[in-house]
Amino acid sequence: MIRYAWLVPLFPALAFPVIAFITRRLRTLSALVGIGAIAASFVLSLGILWETLTSGVTMEKPVEYALSWLALPGAKDWVLKIEAGVLVDPLSAVMLLVVTLVALLVEIYSVGYMHGDPGFSVFFGYLSLFSASMLGLVLANNFFMMFFFWELVGLCSYLLIGFYFHKPEAARASLKAFVVNRVADFGFMLGFFYLFLMFKTFNFRELAEALPHAPHMGLLAVAATLIFAGPIGKSAQFPLHVWLPDAMEGPTPVSALIHAATMVAAGVYLLARAFVLFASIPEVSLLVAYVGGFTALFAATIALTQRDIKRILAYSTMSQLGYMIMAMGVGSMTAGMFHLTTHAIFKALLFLGAGSVIHALHEQDIFRMGGLAKDMKVTTATFVLGALALAGIPPLAGFWSKDEILLAAYSNGYTGLYILGTVVAFLTSFYMFRLIFVAFFGRRRAGLHGHESPKCMTVPLIILATLTVVAGFIGAPFVPHGFSSWVYFGEPHHLEPNYFVMVTSTLVAILGIYLAWLIYGKEVISAEALAQRWRSIHTVLYNKYYIDEAYLWFFRRVVLGLAEAFHWHDRHVVDGIFDGVGDTVRWSGYRLRYLHSGSLPVYALVFFAAVVVFVLWVATPVIGGIR
Amino acid sequence: MITLNHYLMLGGVLFVIGLFGALAKKNAIAVLMGIELMLNAVNINLAAFNRFLNPDKVVGLVFAIFVIVVAAVEVAVGLAIVINLYRQRLNTSVDEADWLKW
Repeated sequence: MIRYAWLVPLFPALAFPVIAFITRRLRTLSALVGIGAIAASFVLSLGILWETLTSGVTMEKPVEYALSWLALPGAKDWVLKIEAGVLVDPLSAVMLLVVTLVALLVEIYSVGYMHGDPGFSVFFGYLSLFSASMLGLVLANNFFMMFFFWELVGLCSYLLIGFYFHKPEAARASLKAFVVNRVADFGFMLGFFYLFLMFKTFNFRELAEALPHAPHMGLLAVAATLIFAGPIGKSAQFPLHVWLPDAMEGPTPVSALIHAATMVAAGVYLLARAFVLFASIPEVSLLVAYVGGFTALFAATIALTQRDIKRILAYSTMSQLGYMIMAMGVGSMTAGMFHLTTHAIFKALLFLGAGSVIHALHEQDIFRMGGLAKDMKVTTATFVLGALALAGIPPLAGFWSKDEILLAAYSNGYTGLYILGTVVAFLTSFYMFRLIFVAFFGRRRAGLHGHESPKCMTVPLIILATLTVVAGFIGAPFVPHGFSSWVYFGEPHHLEPNYFVMVTSTLVAILGIYLAWLIYGKEVISAEALAQRWRSIHTVLYNKYYIDEAYLWFFRRVVLGLAEAFHWHDRHVVDGIFDGVGDTVRWSGYRLRYLHSGSLPVYALVFFAAVVVFVLWVATPVIGGIR
Repeated sequence: MITLNHYLMLGGVLFVIGLFGALAKKNAIAVLMGIELMLNAVNINLAAFNRFLNPDKVVGLVFAIFVIVVAAVEVAVGLAIVINLYRQRLNTSVDEADWLKW
């Protein structure tokens, strides 16, 4: 199976042109092509993971094969060699399965959600291309190929976020996502070019081998920091997080795909893939850890006050991604990837659940919903299960993975980050259950009545809900040969279960739920009074710390001001020099033209005089003048 | 006895007469004639040098014939210009032909 790993991205990649050029008018066939391709990839990924785990392929002994894509001889003795290769180890095998699973369920769900949309076929084409790019990124065996697919992921996100391009907000959001990601990608690109200059290779394995012999640690740190800019953009970390909430303008299945498995997971996956680079420079790891931790807290606080169901989920994704990045920073690649896996499942579940609600109500403001539990039983049950997992209630998936991150922070001596993580866990359970008590229980606020979604939408929800219950156990501390013995960096370490961390995080999560129930369920504490009392804090949070406004101000004042200055310089200095040269020539010609009298005899006289002078000059030595 | 010097003097005198005609005459035809005189003065020089310095070879004579050919061509072009000048201005005075002015 591993020999055929290259087929995994190929199936959906082929589905895209087939849908775009052949089956576009046949809606059902388009959906079948898309779903069939991703289903084939899913089956293949299952086989690859099985073979990886049973045939002794480990992180130290990956399977790698490659074609030479480009080999250009350069200066001196080195060659610019770019490969198109496949790298299969437990890390990529797990990731393949997560991506194909979520993509498959999202595509099935989209059949119901996008039903009747004029762009139905195109949507499946984009989804296929999106999945193909992500799968290619996962399998890449070198930075260059990874970057290639990384950019494709960015392109697809642009297409999908702007799917309703006739809506100006959606068009703006897609542009914003693209531009913000370009900034980050530029850093990533510079970073791996630096690495190439130092080690003359893009290949991950060769880089890992060459890394201890790095010629210059400072330059290596610069390269690692620049590469980290990539995850900051793609995984929506502070300060390049601004595109993610706006990406909610896309259709909800796309949000599920972006937030769970494809786009934002790419950044975390890059950190895991290049983990040896980050682990070898403590300063950069520290930066990674604090950026992640800060984003986790930052996003969680914003989520407390938002009203749009998808935006709340978007900020919770940012917050959870912060957790993953923090796990990478504190040195536990296992914990980060485990949380990525479980989060992919329950976040896909939450988004698809939210999509089911939006599909029924055509309303996204949670304060205009209410009492949905009576109308939409399956959606409510699965959504609550997903929220419990996100909040970290045992024994659901989120509990085990979040616990592992907190434990990694705690046992590696980052007590500050551990406390921060626990606070974020409290905030997470609070804002998730605020959403649930407001939208699904309580009184009907705007008289909106929901209805249960069709089977093709509820079945993926049920599958994901089942997995949410089960998936945590692959990495639970008491399970032998679990997740931490497949995906690891260095030694397959297994942390002892720490009951202090477990109990604290569970208590904190229950406290969050209880508080949310008091405020929004039983309404013994008035939310309005609280908001009134801390007016300024509430306003700042509701406006997302004014980051967008700050960027706008920066753009309008600083960037446009700079552009104005350069424009002035261009007009007056550069143009001045060239216009000045032209003007000087023209002016002197204007003056000198009076030399031309137009009289032929005068011209002839000048000719002759010149000839005489010339002859005299040549003849002077001959006739005995100056020697 | 007529020596090389006599021929050179004749050539020099003819050249200066031609130069005067080319510079001082108003009529364009006369200017062309002056130029012809100058060219023929050169021809005399060439023929004389050939006769007195290297009589075995005919290099100077060949040069003289070249000059005659070039002179014929030049006169043809010059006369064409003069005729056009006359058509435009109804005279052939070079003083009034100031079109090369700014």
